[in-house]
Amino acid sequence: MRFLLIEDNARLAGAVSDGLRLDGHVVDVAPDLSTADEFMKTGDYDLILLDIMLPDGDGRSFLKAHRERQDDTPVIVLTARSEVSDRVGMLDLGADDYLMKPFDFSELEARCRAVLRRRAGAADNRRRFGNLSFDPLAGTLQVADRRIRLRNRELRLLEVLLAAPGRIHSKARLADRLFAYDEDVSENAIEVYVARLRKHLAGADVTIETVRGLGYRLVGP
Amino acid sequence: MSEQGEPSLVVSGSIRRRLALLLVGSASVLTAVLFALVHGFARQLAQESQDSILTASATSILDSAAVENGEITVDIPYAALSMLGNVSDDRVFYRVAAGGSFLTGYADLPAPPPQGRPIGFATAPYKGEPVRMATARRSLTLAGRPVEIVVSVAQTLTGRARTLARISRVTLGLGVGFFLASAALALLAARASVRPLDRLAGAVSRRGPKDLRPVSAPVPSEMVPLVRALNRFIERLRISLTRSEELIAEAAHRVRTPLAAVRSQAELVLRRVERPENRRALREMIRALDESSRAAGQLLDHAMVSFRTDHLERSRIDLAALLGETVARLRPLADLKDITLELELRDRPQLSGDSILLQSALHNLLDNAIKYSPPESTIRIALEQAGAQTRIILRDEGPGFPARNAERLTRRFARGENAADTVGSGLGLTIAREVVQAHGGRLLLANRRERSGACVTLLLPS
Repeated sequence: MRFLLIEDNARLAGAVSDGLRLDGHVVDVAPDLSTADEFMKTGDYDLILLDIMLPDGDGRSFLKAHRERQDDTPVIVLTARSEVSDRVGMLDLGADDYLMKPFDFSELEARCRAVLRRRAGAADNRRRFGNLSFDPLAGTLQVADRRIRLRNRELRLLEVLLAAPGRIHSKARLADRLFAYDEDVSENAIEVYVARLRKHLAGADVTIETVRGLGYRLVGP
Repeated sequence: MSEQGEPSLVVSGSIRRRLALLLVGSASVLTAVLFALVHGFARQLAQESQDSILTASATSILDSAAVENGEITVDIPYAALSMLGNVSDDRVFYRVAAGGSFLTGYADLPAPPPQGRPIGFATAPYKGEPVRMATARRSLTLAGRPVEIVVSVAQTLTGRARTLARISRVTLGLGVGFFLASAALALLAARASVRPLDRLAGAVSRRGPKDLRPVSAPVPSEMVPLVRALNRFIERLRISLTRSEELIAEAAHRVRTPLAAVRSQAELVLRRVERPENRRALREMIRALDESSRAAGQLLDHAMVSFRTDHLERSRIDLAALLGETVARLRPLADLKDITLELELRDRPQLSGDSILLQSALHNLLDNAIKYSPPESTIRIALEQAGAQTRIILRDEGPGFPARNAERLTRRFARGENAADTVGSGLGLTIAREVVQAHGGRLLLANRRERSGACVTLLLPS
């Protein structure tokens, strides 16, 4: 996925883009509106993350111009304001969604997924691995002829594993991606989800292997 | 005009009352003056007409005086007295004297002192009654010497008084009529002249909390300084509100953006760190950040709610659509915990209310429910119409409200007190409760009976 992140705070932009890149996305960072316009001319993005207060103008004017160009690339606004009226105003201006700073990485991902799912028409988002076909936007997994609807956490777990087949993911790592920080869950809770995913993968030439003492890895054909 | 608590407003008099009193007062003075004038004029006219008849009578008697055979004779013509009798049934007296000696008539009719004019008038009591008397004089020559003939004709005043009384009654009636009419007109005029003030007050108090446009409706010239001052005040208020809004936005931006940077970096680091104690520390840090930003968000939300509940910006709301939007907005968050949000719209009630406030309340309640629900549970949201009430019911499968407090909570709510602190969720419930109450409704907190879980009910009058 290609992201354009328009955010003037270098630290935040750096952290968000690093996080997205770790998940295998391509991210361009524009620190201001004019750079963003340059990027928009050359790149074709799947999603735009837009800050509202920028050094050379208001993100809302970018949003307005963006919609007037009939550009339907989805936009998620990153806002520091919490007033409902502001949020409503943002949606009226054509934002697909908004995120309040500071935000959870998994919430960012969830909102991106929701927005992209709404926008996804004919686009093929399926990822194939062995005899697996996985559509992260629709949340469906196809094993041979069997079609399975994944629950959100199963989907995210599979996404993480599929992003780096063969790599060992520790339980703690996986727990970070699946559970919220205010949930008091033990790392062993991840076993439940691994067990479920394994059940879904029955009949596939792809397996989730337990590496004793280290974690799990996805092994392909 | 709203009467809600302006305790320090000192009211001194009323323009309308003052104006009405002034107009009614001047009408009554004018009426009194008119009455006095008409009365005086009528009295004068009555007296003049009586005087002229008395004069005619006295003159005709005097004219009949002649010297015959060396004697003065007075032959009182019938008409001289009958013309007086015709006018009314007043009694008539006369007295004729020649050269100072009584000739005929009533001897004791008081003889007036000689006056310069040929005819004199006087009012004097006679036989216990006031009489009006005309006295005419003429000199005849008797035996080469002039003899003055004095004829006095007097008439009692009963007729005149009766006429005067009638005129007075009519005048008084007319006067009272005019007074009542002008008082009514004065009241109308007073009301009409303060109507622009009422209109201005109405227009200003009907405004929404964000409507800080200057007053542009046409006003009478006397009110221009007031409206100009009001507009200047509104402008100052608008500037200072805009400034503080900008300040809040700027402050939120300046605080939340670095917080977001720190949070994202912490999350990123967490992905790379292996040692459990470091991971625990990072998780704690992220949790603390989340707590503080959540608290800040709810504080701002609460400030907005308090500001808006003072003056609801009402519009017709399709609650089903509003609920749908709120649920759609929170679905990605619920998805993260595999929580199913079930929205059951049994009716499609329309409601007059502040959509931003209601959305804020619903958002807070649903956000709470998601926060307290276990993974893979279901939150049921139902919207239904029950008689004159619209009910929104949220049922989750979380731990519910503290068992010991659940009863107390509802009891306390029945008394309209704040019980949000006992739930430990900060301001979410307070916000919801304030919004619901501002709409004339109630927020009910209970635990589900059939299983564990909280049941929050918003009751709103349709």
